[in-house]
Amino acid sequence: MFEYETLKVIWWALVGFLLIGFIITDGFDLGVGALLRWIGHTDEERRVILNCVGPTWDGNQVWLVLGAGAIFAAWPQIYASAFSILYPAMLAALFALFFRPTGFEYRSKLASRHWRNFWDWGLTVGGVVPTLVFGVAFGILLTGLPFHFDREMRVVIDAGIVESISAFSLLSGLVAVAMVMMHGAAFLNTKTCAVIQQRARKAMKIAAIMLMFLFALAGVWVSVGLSGHIISQIGDVNSALAPTAKSVTLAAGGWMDNYSRMPWMVVAPIVVFVAAIMVILLSKRPVLAFLASGVSLAGVILTAGFALFPFMLPSMTYPDHGLTVWDASSSEYSLALMLLATILFMPLIIAYTSWVYRVLRGPIRVEDVRRNDYGMY
Amino acid sequence: MDSLVEVSRMQFAFTALIHFIFVPLTLGLSFLLVIMETVYVITGKEIYRDMTQFWGKLFGINFAMGVTTGLTMEFQFGTNWAYYSHYVGDVFGVPLAIEGMMAFFLESTFVGLFFVGWKRLTKYQHLTVTFLVAIGSNMSALWILIANGWMQNPVGAVFNPETMRMELSSFSALIFNPVAQAKFVHTVSAGYVTGSTFVLAISAWYLLKGQHIEFAKRSFAVAAGFGLAAIMSAIILGDESGYTLGDVQKAKLAAMEAEWETESAPASLTLFGLPDQEAMETHYAIRIPYLLGLIATRSIDEPVEGLKDIIERNERRIARGMIAYGALQRFHDSGGQDKEALVVIRKYEADLGYGLLLRRYTDNVEDASEEQIHQAALASVPRVAPLFFSFRIMVACGFLLLLTYLLAAWNVYRNAFYKKPWLLRLAFWSLPLPWICVELGWFVAEYGRQPWTISGILPTWLSTSSLSASSVYTSLAAFVIFYLALTAVEMYLMFKYARKGPSLLKAH
Ligand code: HDD
Ligand code: HEM
Ligand code: HEM
Repeated sequence: MFEYETLKVIWWALVGFLLIGFIITDGFDLGVGALLRWIGHTDEERRVILNCVGPTWDGNQVWLVLGAGAIFAAWPQIYASAFSILYPAMLAALFALFFRPTGFEYRSKLASRHWRNFWDWGLTVGGVVPTLVFGVAFGILLTGLPFHFDREMRVVIDAGIVESISAFSLLSGLVAVAMVMMHGAAFLNTKTCAVIQQRARKAMKIAAIMLMFLFALAGVWVSVGLSGHIISQIGDVNSALAPTAKSVTLAAGGWMDNYSRMPWMVVAPIVVFVAAIMVILLSKRPVLAFLASGVSLAGVILTAGFALFPFMLPSMTYPDHGLTVWDASSSEYSLALMLLATILFMPLIIAYTSWVYRVLRGPIRVEDVRRNDYGMY
Repeated sequence: MDSLVEVSRMQFAFTALIHFIFVPLTLGLSFLLVIMETVYVITGKEIYRDMTQFWGKLFGINFAMGVTTGLTMEFQFGTNWAYYSHYVGDVFGVPLAIEGMMAFFLESTFVGLFFVGWKRLTKYQHLTVTFLVAIGSNMSALWILIANGWMQNPVGAVFNPETMRMELSSFSALIFNPVAQAKFVHTVSAGYVTGSTFVLAISAWYLLKGQHIEFAKRSFAVAAGFGLAAIMSAIILGDESGYTLGDVQKAKLAAMEAEWETESAPASLTLFGLPDQEAMETHYAIRIPYLLGLIATRSIDEPVEGLKDIIERNERRIARGMIAYGALQRFHDSGGQDKEALVVIRKYEADLGYGLLLRRYTDNVEDASEEQIHQAALASVPRVAPLFFSFRIMVACGFLLLLTYLLAAWNVYRNAFYKKPWLLRLAFWSLPLPWICVELGWFVAEYGRQPWTISGILPTWLSTSSLSASSVYTSLAAFVIFYLALTAVEMYLMFKYARKGPSLLKAH
């Protein structure tokens, strides 16, 4: 169907697509969880907020599950290395995620105030912690992880998690939190009215400004403060390569290399700002503001992806062993097969998900919650 | 390293077994909901809508924990089994990713609509939604069992010395793997049994207490019918069909049955006894002539291979595996130039995994001593006693369930069940049986595969991540605390809502 080389690039793009799908869909319910306690002051207000995402958050979360599954299948060594090297951080994210299915489903099942308060905190943790961890992990991609491979191609971890996390990756974590806060608030803006909507609008504007500020700061940092990785020698990229067989050099500001060679890529960071400004300007047109917010988030992911390409998981201790698009993928056969599966299923998934959102359209009001129909969260 | 492997196994087993408390109930209840709602749509009787909604509430409480514990499973291959993920991700990852696209999206997208869609959808639309949730969860079972079946009987894949991993060579061999097919049928049947028993037991309890009579009678009848079909399918279409395939499956069968020696066909079945691994014999054995041969091989002339013979053969395979491993080292040291080594690898490839078994005893596999080879061969079959007993308990509970369902279905047919307290009590007390079966079933399947994660290809001992044992001990402790707390919460809500009965629908 395609050359092996092309397939590798397609799968790089598809993983980007899944990440964008994840941040645009699950991103808002993570954000809603994070904002729950601040936007909803009374129990009824919180129930309104929960019911905005209650019926759909589970489907959204599958983008995360599928993201992990697709990386496992298409980039097995990346899945293995990233998840095991960041073991404590990944588990922290996982344990925080436990509070979401249970929080949404169990919170309103008992009337006790303590019970509900506990799960509200749970949902806050479940929104903030995974976001922070994934954001920090993204930042770590730009500074590199401490690993190399032994003769059996086993990943060896060269330093602990503490050594891997830098001030830059923490900044990147904050960018992620600002992203989901803006997006979550933008979603609430479309689904609520009156006082809740007012508060959501305010949160959305604050988060948009924070996002622009933090994102700009990160951009400057990457271009002057970090050294990028550049492949100086590699085998035939159209064949199966072992990740240990190439040479990599480091260069200050090297992550800007792609941008100077392919200036059109600058569109991605520009979009982040333009769309974030639109979010603020269009706050009275909720649907448009929400779409702008999604575009802005997609821009952030693309900006990082473009900077890294062809690297996917650089190594800070053994740069030659860093994982790239060319030498970390699955076999040609598996990639082609899964591409076929994606072409078959993705349009279907998008179609029925859109149908579900259409059925559920319309705002949630306090009266709805008071009526307490079957299935209210 | 030994303790890292041990604790990683413990963590996987613990999290998987907890996941599988909730999974079978989802599988079974989702189809029962479809049945009840179909009756509602066809007959228009509101009581069937109430049934769908009430059992649906309990379904939702369970489903949340299924998702919670499932997330762990998805992460854990990367976090704790990194070498495994590298070594077989090319094959194993494929069904897992397809599962996400084909199954998880379906069930998770529509499950919300099941709860909030009653007023927004037409009857037919809502029934379709319920149906899609059920199809989604069953699809998820299909693909995960294809993945798991491949670990038991790894077909359709080849080793690539360049990248040091297994790569997929035939997708159709992967999905039509007979072991996976057998596992799928047996496991989803087990799920239907679990769902039915849940409904049957709780309905019986209402009837015993004289509450919600009409509601409970109908629920009992639906569960009895569906459950009878399911338990027969679980027992008759058991897993035996997979056991003539592959050496590791043969070792598992021999261990389950405590077959130390190869008997001339047809072998006798050991009904009970005390297996002794050191002496390689079973004390106080009670044996039934011919039966094992008939069950396991479905023939009277094929012998069932005994463990002693399997160990002896594995010893020879380990010796050949050493040659393959040595050639692989030369190939890598030459930077992939040594074509002669490649020829040797290809020749002995089938036994490479057996060579890897030696890695547990020495770093220099090529120079392993006779003693080490013998040690590795002895450890190349699973321990017998845990398998022997677990298997027998599963089968015993299975037949108890069969008895319960035969009696229940017969009395439903004669419309006499609600007048027979002994039957209702039997139905109520059978509630834990399916869970005992499914947990022990997985134990037999997974522990019986030891010392391999991928039968004959990748030893468990090599599969882990390069973590410190202490960090995994910490996470295991956290899993135990979180899971037990969350499971306790789930059970509390389950009891509370079950006790409220269908009247909880009026509260809304
Ligand atoms: C025979 C069936 C079966 C088996 C062996 C497994 N699962 Fe499972 N899983 C299900 C059947 C299922 C299900 C019935 O589809 C669940 C349970 C309840 C639910 O919500 O969906 C589920 C949920 C579930 C979820 C949450 C999906 C969502 O968000 O909707 C994930 C990520 C996994 N599982 C992953 C796994 C992995 C990686 C497994 C193997 C190690 C595994 N499961 C074993
Ligand atoms: C497709 C799904 C599954 C896969 C891919 C899988 C894979 C594995 C792996 C990698 C291990 C650790 C290595 C080992 O000890 O062999 C393991 C162990 C184990 N798994 Fe599974 N598993 C699956 C489903 C399950 C389920 C659903 C259960 C039970 C409910 C289960 C029960 C166990 C047990 C009890 C062990 C421990 C065996 C031992 O180490 O002694 N597995 N499995
Ligand atoms: C009574 C006759 C039964 C027989 C002969 C039987 C046989 C088996 C065997 C041989 C295995 C191991 C499969 C493997 O090694 O891969 C197994 C696994 C299993 N059994 Fe059973 N079983 C019976 C009843 C049941 C019942 C009643 C249930 C549940 C309600 C059940 C649930 C399971 C599950 C969940 C597994 C693990 C998944 C699998 O490997 O298929 N079994 N069974």
